[in-house]
Amino acid sequence: MLRYLARRLVLTVPVLFGVATLVFSLIHLIPGDPAQAMLGETAPQADVEELRRRLGLDRPLLEQYGAFLTGVLKGDLGTSLRTGEPVVSQVASRVPATAELAGAAMFVALLVALPLGIAAAVWRGTAIDSGATALALAGVSIPNFWLGPLLAIVFAIELGWLPVSGRGTLAHLVLPAISLGAALAAILARMTRATLLEELREPYVQAARGRGASRARAVLRHAFRNSLIPVVTLLGLQFGAVLTGAVITETIFAWPGIGRLLVQSIGFRDYPLVQGCILFIAVTYVAVNLVTDLLYGVLDPRIRFE
Amino acid sequence: MTSEAPASVARFRASSAVRMSSVGAVIVGVAVLAAVIGPVVAPFDTASQDLPLRLTGPSLRHWFGLDELGRDILSRVLAGARISLLVGLVVVSISSAVGILVGAIAGYFGGRVDEALSRIIDVLLAFPGLLLAIAMVAVLGPSLSNVVIALSLIGWVGYARLVRGQVLRARELEFVQAARALGARTPRVLLRHVIPTALPAVSVQATLGMGGAILAEASLSFLGLGVQPPTPSWGTMLNYGRIHLLDAPHLTIFPGLAIAVLVLGFNFLGDGLRDALDPKAAPSGR
Repeated sequence: MLRYLARRLVLTVPVLFGVATLVFSLIHLIPGDPAQAMLGETAPQADVEELRRRLGLDRPLLEQYGAFLTGVLKGDLGTSLRTGEPVVSQVASRVPATAELAGAAMFVALLVALPLGIAAAVWRGTAIDSGATALALAGVSIPNFWLGPLLAIVFAIELGWLPVSGRGTLAHLVLPAISLGAALAAILARMTRATLLEELREPYVQAARGRGASRARAVLRHAFRNSLIPVVTLLGLQFGAVLTGAVITETIFAWPGIGRLLVQSIGFRDYPLVQGCILFIAVTYVAVNLVTDLLYGVLDPRIRFE
Repeated sequence: MTSEAPASVARFRASSAVRMSSVGAVIVGVAVLAAVIGPVVAPFDTASQDLPLRLTGPSLRHWFGLDELGRDILSRVLAGARISLLVGLVVVSISSAVGILVGAIAGYFGGRVDEALSRIIDVLLAFPGLLLAIAMVAVLGPSLSNVVIALSLIGWVGYARLVRGQVLRARELEFVQAARALGARTPRVLLRHVIPTALPAVSVQATLGMGGAILAEASLSFLGLGVQPPTPSWGTMLNYGRIHLLDAPHLTIFPGLAIAVLVLGFNFLGDGLRDALDPKAAPSGR
């Protein structure tokens, strides 16, 4: 197990290094002079020079790269151009809101996906199965930037049950969580159905039935528990989609998380902050994937001995 | 229970898969038709304004109502189909061509070439799909062409990984070994013998990728990072509709419906294609 852990950790290092390199190069992809682009076409030349010096853009590229990587390792990503505050503290202040939203969305997704997937597998080939499959495909196809406003029209504007936007109470969390979790629910439901069908064909399920276990017990106590491993793995792998979806959901519902900070900083051409948000989201994604892989190794011994 | 699934269940599943892909084909067909003849059959010009009637809801004259500048939403939704399909087609063409080439080279040559290409793929996969596109467009500037560049830059990775896996398997096949033994050059072996074995899987991914690219373009445009006004893009229309969610929800409802239905069409079609090309993955075969 330790060897598996070590190998998996070592494999992550070059990926993180590549992620940091890509984020660093973003600023150099800006067409023309990055400092001029950040301040606008009409900015005085002296201000542009000053910003170029402040961001280190006047130094050789390799030196800039070295300074960026050292900064990342020390947790120093520079300061926001707009507020002058450190990028790291600005990003950190938004983490709780995004974590709350992502967690709630994943909870909603599981709450919908598991019963739907189980029903589709158990009643395979019936209208229930077809309905669940169609519903899952619809869930993947409906964009969250449409579902969000639709939910707001019905539940916030027409019925007045829930607030339209903002963060604070549990009621504020309901619409954003459903809007962000719907696509994930659809993907998880399809996976639950597929893996449960595989498990239901296994001899141990037949044996449990033969020993007199009821149909519900055979499905829920035996087959479903084993089918959970790939479902949990998929949940981890889909975390990236949840984070990207959060960028849009947070924009719709004025949710003060990292996604909204990213969109706002793009609008203000606050590129150090844009880099900080992108780096944070990508590193979180890599970390969650790593934890998912390790968990998979713990849950399924076949993986770690491969 | 599943083990005693009778033949009738298998038939039901198969017919349901055919039904779903037929529905998908019809949806995509209608969208293509709208993209081609939309501007001809559209009741109004996409730019013509009727300011006094701005934000008016659906009526007999304006089936989908009017937007914030008094423009006919139905005409703009029809025109938006052209943008969406164009972006999807260009992104999928570039991504699949680059992905097939990179994946085939990595899988066929193996060794250090494979190692180097796989590391690049790993790094790009470390970014959640749309995030890298958002980052690219943020620095390149919002425009239709930059959206296509950004989505193609992230899109090829999935194809490369898929094709690499297929090629790793295909290069050991007898007819490929035979072609090599008979003295066929590497490009010929790749193009004539190895890559064709990956094409069924690529076509499924490309169909699903059309839906993905359309959704991604709409997402970027919704965030104000994609197609810029006055070009009628469904995502941009939703972005502006958001401001009038309280007083004119029809600005949000119709463009969103168009995206959802078209993406659903491609997903139905892609799923059906997968079932048809890979009997093992077919629901009836499970």
